[in-house]
Amino acid sequence: MKWFARRETVPTILVLLAFIAGAIESPYFLDFHYLLDSSSLYVETGLLALGMTLVIVSGQIDLSVASTMALTACTAAKLLALGWPTPVALLTTAIVGILLGSINGLLISGLKLPSFVVTLGTMAAYRGAAQVMLGAQSQKIPTNLSGIDFVRTLGTPIPLPLTILVVMAILVGLVLHRTVLGRWIYAVGTNNRASLYSGIPTAKVTVWVFAISGGLAAMAGTLIDSRLGVARFDHARGLEVDVITAVVLGGTAISGGSGSILGSMLALLLVALIRIGMGLANVTAEYQLAVVGTLLVITVIVGNLSEKIANSRSRRSPLAPSPTLTPSQEPHP
Amino acid sequence: MAFGGQEVVKGVDIELHAGEVHAIVGENGAGKSTVAKLIAGVHQPTAGEIRLNGKAVHLENPRQAIHLGIALIHQEPLTFPDLDVAENIFVGHQPIRNPLSGIDWNSMRRSAKAILDELGVSIDPKARVSDLSVADQQMVELACALSHDAKVLLMDETTASLTPKEVAELFGIVRRLKSQGKAIAFVSHHLDEIFEIADRITVMRDGEKVGELIPSQTTIDELIRLMVGRSVDASVKTHQTVIDAPPLLKVENLTRTGQFRNVSFEVRPGEIVGLAGLVGAGRTEVCRTIFGIDQPSSGSIQIDGKKISVRKPTDAMELGVAFVPEDRQHEGLLMPMSIEHNATLAILSKLAKFGWVDRKRENKLAREFAEKLQTAFRNVSQPVRELSGGNQQKIVLAKWLLTEPRLLILDEPTRGVDVGAKDEVHRLILQLVDQGLALLVVSSDLPELLALCDRVIVMHEGSVIQELNRDEATPERVMQAATGQVTSAKGGPI
Amino acid sequence: MKHREIRTLALLLIVIVGAALRAPRFIEATSINSILLWAPLLIVVGMGQMLVIVTRGIDVSVGSMVGLSAMASGMFLRSHPNTPLVWGVAVALLVGAALGAINASVIAYGRVPAIIATLGSLSAYRGLIFILSHGVQVDSNDLPDSLSRWSSEGPIHLGGVTVPWLLVAALGIAALAAWFVRRTRTGRDIFSLGSHPEAARLRGIPVTRITFLVYAITGALCGLAGLMYASRFGFVNPGTAGQGLELIVIAAVVIGGVNVTGGSGSVVGVLLGCFLLGVINVALSVLGIDATWQQLVYGSVILIAVILDTLARRSAMRTSGAI
Repeated sequence: MKWFARRETVPTILVLLAFIAGAIESPYFLDFHYLLDSSSLYVETGLLALGMTLVIVSGQIDLSVASTMALTACTAAKLLALGWPTPVALLTTAIVGILLGSINGLLISGLKLPSFVVTLGTMAAYRGAAQVMLGAQSQKIPTNLSGIDFVRTLGTPIPLPLTILVVMAILVGLVLHRTVLGRWIYAVGTNNRASLYSGIPTAKVTVWVFAISGGLAAMAGTLIDSRLGVARFDHARGLEVDVITAVVLGGTAISGGSGSILGSMLALLLVALIRIGMGLANVTAEYQLAVVGTLLVITVIVGNLSEKIANSRSRRSPLAPSPTLTPSQEPHP
Repeated sequence: MAFGGQEVVKGVDIELHAGEVHAIVGENGAGKSTVAKLIAGVHQPTAGEIRLNGKAVHLENPRQAIHLGIALIHQEPLTFPDLDVAENIFVGHQPIRNPLSGIDWNSMRRSAKAILDELGVSIDPKARVSDLSVADQQMVELACALSHDAKVLLMDETTASLTPKEVAELFGIVRRLKSQGKAIAFVSHHLDEIFEIADRITVMRDGEKVGELIPSQTTIDELIRLMVGRSVDASVKTHQTVIDAPPLLKVENLTRTGQFRNVSFEVRPGEIVGLAGLVGAGRTEVCRTIFGIDQPSSGSIQIDGKKISVRKPTDAMELGVAFVPEDRQHEGLLMPMSIEHNATLAILSKLAKFGWVDRKRENKLAREFAEKLQTAFRNVSQPVRELSGGNQQKIVLAKWLLTEPRLLILDEPTRGVDVGAKDEVHRLILQLVDQGLALLVVSSDLPELLALCDRVIVMHEGSVIQELNRDEATPERVMQAATGQVTSAKGGPI
Repeated sequence: MKHREIRTLALLLIVIVGAALRAPRFIEATSINSILLWAPLLIVVGMGQMLVIVTRGIDVSVGSMVGLSAMASGMFLRSHPNTPLVWGVAVALLVGAALGAINASVIAYGRVPAIIATLGSLSAYRGLIFILSHGVQVDSNDLPDSLSRWSSEGPIHLGGVTVPWLLVAALGIAALAAWFVRRTRTGRDIFSLGSHPEAARLRGIPVTRITFLVYAITGALCGLAGLMYASRFGFVNPGTAGQGLELIVIAAVVIGGVNVTGGSGSVVGVLLGCFLLGVINVALSVLGIDATWQQLVYGSVILIAVILDTLARRSAMRTSGAI
């Protein structure tokens, strides 16, 4: 029965169901090459989901990921257009992403503000900065750097972006599941106070987590530049909903302290399959968005219910604190 | 009444009469507050009943209790910081003249003023409660109870965070309420206060009522004897006396405004020093400051004779200080995480190369220490919340022993731990001190403290009031000092 | 007036004077008219958002709720051209209240954090707009003239400046909100809940019901704002109606002095905040600063407001000696 208790079980079953449903719906769905080609559309979401997994496991939320991605995408395009050498431009972009993430982390840990307020502000501010940088214009990417989704990985039919995502997922997975930082992320998300009492630099962990999230968003930003051949300020608008949905669907508890990279990636696959399936069925983008949004809310409710059932089984002591209204907020001083 | 399978209070009979102040006394953890909370509907009894004017009442929640005229005043006032005084008093039953004009703020403020005047305190009804002192906030809570026309007032350690002047004012009010025919239960462990105010005293020990006394017919000494009760636990073995080493920890005039002041003491290697005192005496706060969780306002902490500054726990840990906090569930452990991960949490960076955790070593060390401390567990990947209190405490100890500390601070090391495990924890403490560790132990379990410690430092209201050697420290003497019955050994009266 | 309101008022004056000095055109009738048309929408939605934030929550779905109500009522008026406008109001209110009630149930009974629940419904409701409208916009000739007169006419004319009926309605809502939060026990319960949830529970305040109520009210207000949107712009586009409104409203509410950690806030402050955001919006265009700066400004306003509030609270605590 142990497999049943694993967080990844539900997304796995849902992925299988989605495959079956998709195959019944459309004959193209099971076309391996079609699926592979479509994968590039979801690689950016996947990179953001990796960072978001760390953020949510640490007990916070980052609403600014999609805006960070757009701002870094514009930065990269602008630097390249200014004639900066490609490696320097890309490295600078990565640093910008990490800085943008660190700003979130510093505001949250330094001022003890709820993360949803801070990242809501930076969500608008970063997107706005991108808009100020490029206006309504599209900034073209040099042709030698565009079209990464048509590049295959070393003679295989696998598109390069997919390989990048897999490699990054393994890397971030190793960080979360095998390193000191990863353990600290779980600890801080489980109980900030006990972590502090055990000598964990909790504020630093928060900054790190947001910095990583920002860095991965920068990577996603350069990928979308290459894939679309242009940078625009409205790249990836609203993508944070897909990202948070994937992470929560993958079994990461919204209250922090538990979750896995594998779960997030499986759930991403599920979101991608649903979207590809809906695309094949000519379902419009907005309708797809509605489905994803609903999925997010239902997932959290189901998660809460199953937790409630688990808790009522383990019979909590009557002294256990009652559920608070919103988990990210501290009581008044 | 039971919490988490453990009975907290059992078979307590208590009568509160109109026009009488009934004190409930006992050591820390004797169950005094629980009795008050049961009467006020905060917790529900598993057996027995509460009768009001002879009629049995069933209280689902505090609201029902308030409507029946039973109100609880908390030690930490439960007020709304953003609202004004008048509204805090009338929350949920603000006066409404007619539905259209709604809440009548003027009349609410007038009524609030009237109640506060009746209490004899001058608090502006328009003031924001976050701007008030703790004492004034308690007055607001008391006024709230009176606005409900409460007949029964339960005061839970209400004097713990008040200054002597504020206590005197509070007592004046309590006497006036008594003369108005209120039944007042006064939970406290400040014995002088009790003799001053109470008409009747119920003494509790280990969750049971052990006696009922009339102050005029008894003495403080008799009261203390009843409170302490137990003979010294024979199973605790003492260790060899201290070697004459220079102190490892030296605290001088340590002060943290509002919590403790001018605290000085020393701990030598191979010595167990106990910190005794009542809840709120500032013992835990001193420990937290030594460990770098809080910052001192003034005074110094020295280790090996060198003045140090600890800004955060990691600073203290680097100097070889370890701290086992009082609240295991919220401060000591990460309950859903595994035994292994909890045990190695404080030394994780030492177990890693370039940030990479050596999981084999981690597993080995965790298993080794958990077994060394005779922890009962299935496997090290088991979540700690599945363990018993005693075994959980052993995992906390394992976590800190893995850091190879030189000074181990233990705050209530055996609270909520069953008898068998308690014994094992004691044996471990003695073993550690024989290995040359310096130990600072906070405990409200007096027999435990007296059996273990070479010296006992007694704190009273934020100051060190007396320091007793092993042969001087009797339960009676410690309790006398803790309740402020002696003049301070150092620096005169407070 | 409390010092936070004075601060907002001062900011408002500074922006007005600054903009007027840089571009005298700013104090001409056209600019003032557009400010007076901008503010009502923000005020109506802002009153709801204030209640939500006072309980320590947030509602980021308000833009989609405004859009969906605008679309629903617009389509209703299109298909019933001769019906009295009051039925349009009823449809808008009903749709908004229903959407708000869905959020409210998920948050109060499903125990989903407000940010997650409303982020989900932000997408879901926007999708619903497209499903409902089949992606077709409601045009100005579909809407009754009486509706657009709400924006073009008003009780007061002064020079070229018209105080539109929309603003009158919005101020009426604000007055109602002020009465609700000051004069009713339910309104006060909202503040006690946000000030200290645990104490509220122990004092017997119906925490779940109050939580439900604030999100449901916000939905109903968004419904009304939806119809106001249709009146103000004369058309309802499924993609743009209400889009991004949540940011402006949240910015207006926090700069208006509502504490993001709950428990305090005032109608006057929020009113001033809404006018401030309206003024900023018009000032940007009059000063010739590109519309592209708007997002950055709204985001910065939110960040600066919460940072200043936190720093101010900290120094207040330090001076009062509390730890």
